[in-house]
Amino acid sequence: MKKNTTNLAFYVPYGLWLGLFVIAPVLLIIYQSFFDIAGHFTLGNYATYFESGTYILMTLNSVVYAFIITALTLLISYPAAYLLHYTKHKQLWLLLIILPTWINLLLKAYAFIGIFSQDGGINSFLGMMGIGPKQFLFTDFSFIFVASYIEIPFMILPIFNAIEELNEGFVNASRDLGAKSWQTFTKVILPLTMSGVKAGVQAVFIPSLSLFMLTRLIGGNRVITLGTAIEEHFLVTMNWGMGSTIGVVLILAMFLIMFLTGERKRKGGRAS
Amino acid sequence: MSQTIIELKHVNKTYGDTVVLKDINIEIEQGKFYTLLGPSGSGKTTILRAINGFLDVTSGDVLFSGKRVNDIPANERKVNTVFQDYALFPHMNVFENVAYGLRIQKQAKKDIKARVLSALKMVRLEGYEDREIAELSGGQQQRVAIARAIVLEPAVLLLDEPLSALDAKLRKDMQYELRELQQRLGITFLFVTHDQEEALALSDEIFVMNDGEVQQSGTPVDIYDEPINHFVADFIGESNIVSGYMIEDYLVEFNGKQFECADAGMRPHEQVEVVLRPEDLDLTSVDQGKVTVTVDTQLFRGDYYEIVAYDGAKNEWLIHSTNPAKDGDTVGLTFDPEDIHVMRLNESEEDFDARLERYEGE
Repeated sequence: MKKNTTNLAFYVPYGLWLGLFVIAPVLLIIYQSFFDIAGHFTLGNYATYFESGTYILMTLNSVVYAFIITALTLLISYPAAYLLHYTKHKQLWLLLIILPTWINLLLKAYAFIGIFSQDGGINSFLGMMGIGPKQFLFTDFSFIFVASYIEIPFMILPIFNAIEELNEGFVNASRDLGAKSWQTFTKVILPLTMSGVKAGVQAVFIPSLSLFMLTRLIGGNRVITLGTAIEEHFLVTMNWGMGSTIGVVLILAMFLIMFLTGERKRKGGRAS
Repeated sequence: MSQTIIELKHVNKTYGDTVVLKDINIEIEQGKFYTLLGPSGSGKTTILRAINGFLDVTSGDVLFSGKRVNDIPANERKVNTVFQDYALFPHMNVFENVAYGLRIQKQAKKDIKARVLSALKMVRLEGYEDREIAELSGGQQQRVAIARAIVLEPAVLLLDEPLSALDAKLRKDMQYELRELQQRLGITFLFVTHDQEEALALSDEIFVMNDGEVQQSGTPVDIYDEPINHFVADFIGESNIVSGYMIEDYLVEFNGKQFECADAGMRPHEQVEVVLRPEDLDLTSVDQGKVTVTVDTQLFRGDYYEIVAYDGAKNEWLIHSTNPAKDGDTVGLTFDPEDIHVMRLNESEEDFDARLERYEGE
C-alpha cells in the first residue's frame, strides 16, 4: 500500500503541470470563445469564422505557408540528418545545428532584418556583383526562408535520431538481397525512419501555423496567418472571444495533424 | 568431380597493423555443406563478408566460378546471406520479407507469389504469410530469414552463426532441418559457427580457423581423428594432450613409457604432442593399465561419466567412461595403438596431408 502512495506522489508535479498549464488554458480558451466583445454568451464567433470568408481564407493561407515551410524544412533536413549520421564527430555537427535554437527568436529575426534589408549584407554583395539592390525583406520569400531556417533543427533532430536507431543490418540485408542504394533507401531506410519524419512534421507544422512575430518583422504584415490574427484580436481589437475561437481552430488543427501523422496499426497486424 | 564455384586465393585483410586474415586459400564446391569453425575473432565472419561483398580484401582474389569478383558490389553477387540477427524488415510481413529480393528483380506478381509460397513451404512456414515479424518466435524468424535468402536461388547460401540466438533444444532441431534443407535444395551452404559440435554434425567439410588462418580443412571425421595441431585438437571435441618423443615410426614415448602407435613419417626422436580422446580411454586395474592415475572428480553426464584424474606427474586426464569410478581411487588407463594420435609441432597443412598420404597409402 505504501508503495502505491509513493508512486502516486510522483505523479503530483506532472498532474499539476498538466492541469494548470495544459488542460485549464485549453478549457479557458474554449470557454472564452463563446463570448462576444461585450461579454455576452454567443455562438457568433464561430459563425463569423465560418461565414466571413476572410477567416477561412486566412486559415487556408496559414495552412499553405505552414505546408511550404514544413516541406522545405523536410527537404533540407532529411538529407542533412542522413549525411550527419555518416560523418565523423557527428555529435559536434549536431551541436552546431542545435546551437541557433538557444538564441532568442526575436534576436534571430532582427539579425535577418539586417541581412535582408536594402543596405544589408546580401544587397551589398549583389551590388558588388553589379546587380542592383533587390527587395528581400517583407516578401513571401524572406518569410519562408527565415521560418524554415528557424524550424530546421526541430526537424533534423527527430529524423537524425530515427536514422541513428536504424539497424545497419537492415541496410546490409537489403543490399545482400540485390537492392541498389536508392532501392534500399526507398524500401527500407525511408519507411523505417518515417517515425522521425512524422515527429519532425508535427514539431514544425503546428508552430508554423501560428507564427506571428516573423510575419510582422520579416513578412512585414503582408503575410497574415492565424497566429497574426490571434495576436491582433487579443492585443489590438481586444476581441478575446474571436481570438479564442481562432485558438480553438488551431487546437483542432493540431489534433488533426497528430491524427494524420500518428502511428496507426497496419492492417492484419496485431503487433505494436 | 564437383565444380568449384567459389575460390579464395591468397586473401589477406589488414586493418592498420592488425592482421585479420592471413593468406586464406579456400575452395567451395557445388552442393556441399561447408563450415567455417573457430573461436570469436578468428576471422570466420570476415571470410563470409569477403564473399558476400561487404568487405574489401587487402590483397588476394575472390573468385566466383573462376571470375574475379573483388570489385563487384554486394548487391550484384550471386550469393545470399542469413544474418546472425536475421535482419528481417520489421515494416513488412512474412510474405513481403521473402518477396523482397524478387520484387527488386521486378519479377511478375504471379511468379513472386508462387516462389514465395514454395520457399515458405520449404522452411515449413505455410500459412504464416500474413504474420508480422514481431509476432514470430526466434525459430520462426530464423526460417523466414532462410526463406528470404533461398527464394533467390543463390549459388551459395552464407549463414552467419544463424543458430546462436536459439535455445539448446531448438538449436538441435534446426541443425537437423538445416542439413535436410541443404540436401533437398542442393544449394551449397557456407556456415559460420563457433560451436564445434554443430560443425561436426552438419558439415561435409570444415575449415578450422584461428588467428585469421585456416588451421585445417577436411571432413568432420578427418579433423576429429587427425587434428593437425594443439589448437585443433583442443578446439574440436575434448582431448588429453601430452608432450612426448617419436622414437621411430609407429613408436612414441610419453609419460616415461613407449607405446605402439599408428603414426609415422617424423624424424627419429622428434618432439611431438600426443592426443588421446577421453572416450578412447578405458578404466582398468592398475597392473593392466598403460597409465596409472588417481581419480579426482567425477560427473554423471547421463550417457557417460566424465572423470578427471591426475597421473604421477600431475598431468590432468579426462576420461569418458560408461562405468563409474570412486573419487580418490587409483586406477589404470588403457587404450589401443590407433587411439594415439601424434602431432608434429608447427607442421603446415600441406606437409601434414602429404605425410598422412605417404604412410596411410602403404
